[in-house]
Amino acid sequence: MTWSKSPLLKTCVLVLLVAVFNSVGNVLLAKGMRQMGETQGWSLNILGVYFVRAFTSVWVWLGIGSLILFFVSYLLVLSWADYSYVMPAAAAGYALVPLLGHFLLGEAVTSLHWVGVAFICLGVAIVGRTPPSTTGRG
Amino acid sequence: MRTFIFLAIVVLAGTGGEIAAAYAMKGIGEVKDFAPRAILGVLGRALRLGWLWVGVALMTLAFFSLLALLSWADVSFVIPATALSYVVGALGARILLGERLGPMRWVGILLVSLGVAIVCAP
Repeated sequence: MTWSKSPLLKTCVLVLLVAVFNSVGNVLLAKGMRQMGETQGWSLNILGVYFVRAFTSVWVWLGIGSLILFFVSYLLVLSWADYSYVMPAAAAGYALVPLLGHFLLGEAVTSLHWVGVAFICLGVAIVGRTPPSTTGRG
Repeated sequence: MRTFIFLAIVVLAGTGGEIAAAYAMKGIGEVKDFAPRAILGVLGRALRLGWLWVGVALMTLAFFSLLALLSWADVSFVIPATALSYVVGALGARILLGERLGPMRWVGILLVSLGVAIVCAP
């Protein structure tokens, strides 16, 4: 795998996977949970039945699978990169959520939310220009 | 008051958990081989580290505290407020992991935190 030879490219690929698996996982989970509707209450009995029913949803399982891949890629990239680098860089996922929500679920995105997306993209671009590892341990 | 205590738990346990996991992974050292077998090997080693489990426990605590919080508090306040995690996480990385955050990284983190708060607002 040639991409894994370059430290910066390797970090970029992993951070992108973290961001994508995180936001795709959340959107899939949201889709599954929305199909289930609201809980009828907050007692342990009702919540128990609700959660069991949630696990019969294909969307919920796809969401969980995606979130597991998110966690694995997060752990892998943290084996060398700073937490203070990966955490904000992975927030690119929050810019992806309105985009995915808009194009996959047909959700309306307000102009204020697009301003937030712009802030995130700018912030991620700035963090991306700093060295990924500053501790010398990575 | 209860809302702020739970919000503090969500933010502190969430970032604390990720910092513990990051600390565990630094102990494993840089992953260089991304073949599926090698990745499974790394995960197997990671799962034997105490700090990783401390991290998972704290993240679980943060997740269920968030669920509890959302059962009474206003979603349009709670979710944007959790964007504070980026700033708290950066402070934790500086103090607990000894990462050297330059001014550029701080500016980027503040922008991201503000952007996430805006995106998560109704």
